[in-house]
Amino acid sequence: MTIHTAKGSFVRRHLLTCEDLSSAEITALLDLADKAADSNRQVIKKRDVLRGRTLINLFFEASTRTQSSFELAGKRLGADVMNMNVSTSSVQKGETLIDTAMTLNAMRPDILVVRHHAAGAVELLAQKVDCSVINAGDGAHQHPTQALLDALTIRRAKGRIAGLTVAICGDILHSRVARSNINVFNTLGARVRIVAPSTLLPSQAERLGAEVFTDMNAGLDGVDIVMMLRLQRERMQGSYVPSSREYYHFFGLDHEKLARAKPDALIMHPGPMNRGVEIASDIADHSRSVIRDQVEMGVAVRMAVLEAMARQLPNH
Amino acid sequence: MSQLSRKNGSGSEEATVFLNARLIDPATRKDEPGGLLVKDGVIADLGPHLRRNAPDRSKVVDCRGHVLCPGLIDMQVFTGEPGLEYRETLKTASHAAAAGGVTTIIVMPDTEPVIDQVALVDFIQRRARDNAVVNIHVMAAMTKGLKGQDMTEIGLLKRAGAIGFTNGKTSVANARVMRNVLLYAKDHGALISHHTEDPQLTEGSVMNAGEVATRLGLPGVHKAAETLVLERDVRLVEITGGRYHAATLSCAESLEVIRSAKQRQLPVTCGVSVNHLTLNENDIGSYRTFLRLKPPLRGEDDRRAMVRALAAGDIDVIVSSHDPQDADVKRHPFAEAADGAVGLETLLAAALRLYHNGEIGLMPLLEAMTINPARLLGLPSGRLEKGAPADLVLVDLGQPWVVDKARLKSRSKNSPFDESRMQGRVLTTMVAGNTVYQYAQA
Repeated sequence: MTIHTAKGSFVRRHLLTCEDLSSAEITALLDLADKAADSNRQVIKKRDVLRGRTLINLFFEASTRTQSSFELAGKRLGADVMNMNVSTSSVQKGETLIDTAMTLNAMRPDILVVRHHAAGAVELLAQKVDCSVINAGDGAHQHPTQALLDALTIRRAKGRIAGLTVAICGDILHSRVARSNINVFNTLGARVRIVAPSTLLPSQAERLGAEVFTDMNAGLDGVDIVMMLRLQRERMQGSYVPSSREYYHFFGLDHEKLARAKPDALIMHPGPMNRGVEIASDIADHSRSVIRDQVEMGVAVRMAVLEAMARQLPNH
Repeated sequence: MSQLSRKNGSGSEEATVFLNARLIDPATRKDEPGGLLVKDGVIADLGPHLRRNAPDRSKVVDCRGHVLCPGLIDMQVFTGEPGLEYRETLKTASHAAAAGGVTTIIVMPDTEPVIDQVALVDFIQRRARDNAVVNIHVMAAMTKGLKGQDMTEIGLLKRAGAIGFTNGKTSVANARVMRNVLLYAKDHGALISHHTEDPQLTEGSVMNAGEVATRLGLPGVHKAAETLVLERDVRLVEITGGRYHAATLSCAESLEVIRSAKQRQLPVTCGVSVNHLTLNENDIGSYRTFLRLKPPLRGEDDRRAMVRALAAGDIDVIVSSHDPQDADVKRHPFAEAADGAVGLETLLAAALRLYHNGEIGLMPLLEAMTINPARLLGLPSGRLEKGAPADLVLVDLGQPWVVDKARLKSRSKNSPFDESRMQGRVLTTMVAGNTVYQYAQA
């Protein structure tokens, strides 16, 4: 087993959360991802870092972009990739999470990429299997690769992250993306604001290390990054927010609100977008929108994570 | 600040001066002889120096020592517009208000359809502007259709002019919905005015539980149905920080909750209907359906507790809870009749009973119908102050009269005070400098 001892390398068996990632670890992953992003723009994109290894995408919750992003990342590194969409199979037959994990474990994968609708489920699973586990989103808890790809997108566009002010806007309450991003940006020295109606703010959100705003105009004032979050349809009909019309009026990113941010502020969204609910359609396609770059960086970051992990995998 | 429905009458051009008045301003607690000058719809000047001397070219009103005070603001008025115009329109309600010395009414969203959308708030404002003689503001529904489930567009409704939010005559049973409404309303600085009666406990009951109900053989509800909703709401205010107003309380136990909330400096206020200050369950007598109210009339101990709390400042606001119902729904056996009583025209006179009986001073009584609701709702009226709207009422505190339902201006006649003797008569009511009611001596 070779362990890279170079400054700030990522030496972990699992990637479950951003809460305890050091600045050096994140930077190492972003450096690696930078190279992957460059190689992804070559004609021949495939390398053999993961040749002979098996990666299983275990998704208990439907996902298009994260799952395909991990699949592509694995394949470009030469792994055998299998997708398991559990939401439509074993769970309905009554199998428990642990049983599913043990079944898959018996198939001897090297890396499991797991998404689950319950917070903490991925960590529970990681305790039960012998392989490496990457959290691809657990409930409203964490989504580490999303935060890393957001950081990479910003670093490539702005050249730095430290000292920037990032506003994360929308459904913070239910968002794992927000939690992971707050962790990563704080660790990298950015200032984080969260902007939402009080009904979509988790309690004591400021304790996560973010300044809380319920007025979007104030929250966007002078920021470098405007990061919008998706608002799920069932939450905008009176339970948390009265209507999509009212939500758009007060929290939808339009030109008027965007004008409060710095003139060169980047516009981001983890997708999928509700155009006309949290973001005006033309703003999604704005010249300062890096929403499609985020998707591209997603593959690169996942390759970097897989590559870093491959170094920890047992070779015998 | 929402738009007032100002009248464009002829009176606002000419200056009017009230001479020889007893000026009472609850905002400053001043009670002194003097005069008041009205110009361009606002109070241009006031004070002892205007007691006898009228400025040139002004219309003179000799108050003959009677009380001139801010016009009353009634925070809880039900009408039938839109949908049930045969009971009351904005126009008829406004004339009833003017006759009662009420210059601003807050209309409730319990109409058909329910006022839960921006277009309907706009409708009320336009109808009020075109037809009403007093200021009318809308309190919009806080849940869609008043169903207690999904919150309305509180932000957009407030921008459209909704002065507050309420669930009308019903309590929101679901604590989660109530919490989210308070939380969301806080972001917009919106006031939530809530009726406090547990809907499940209240179901099927027609009056206060107790000896009277038992003797009458009527199903009663314990007053705890009110207090427990209030207690829950105060807890929710504590965790959300939303501005909360208990619309009409009726019993001593609820006042304990209010006192404790105020001691903890929570943004909690409360109101009481004049009916619950001046009547009790014994007045129901032989099944008088005009005294079937929501919340129900309580015992005399509770009534006295309400009056004491008003004097102590624990109760912020007195409302008429004007609720027009026609004979079709009132001329029924008590248990089958509708709730509600008209009250705009008798609000001041009924309240003055407490003053004449020596139960409370004039100042705290008037505060609860002028400056207190004005401050709660963010209105510029309710005070005698230079630059404030000339919304005024001239009252002869001593004049006796008998309520005659045939002479009520309200379209519905369901007054619990019919044939009652009153002391204190509105002589003149002015809204934005225009005289909208003038008592014609019989």
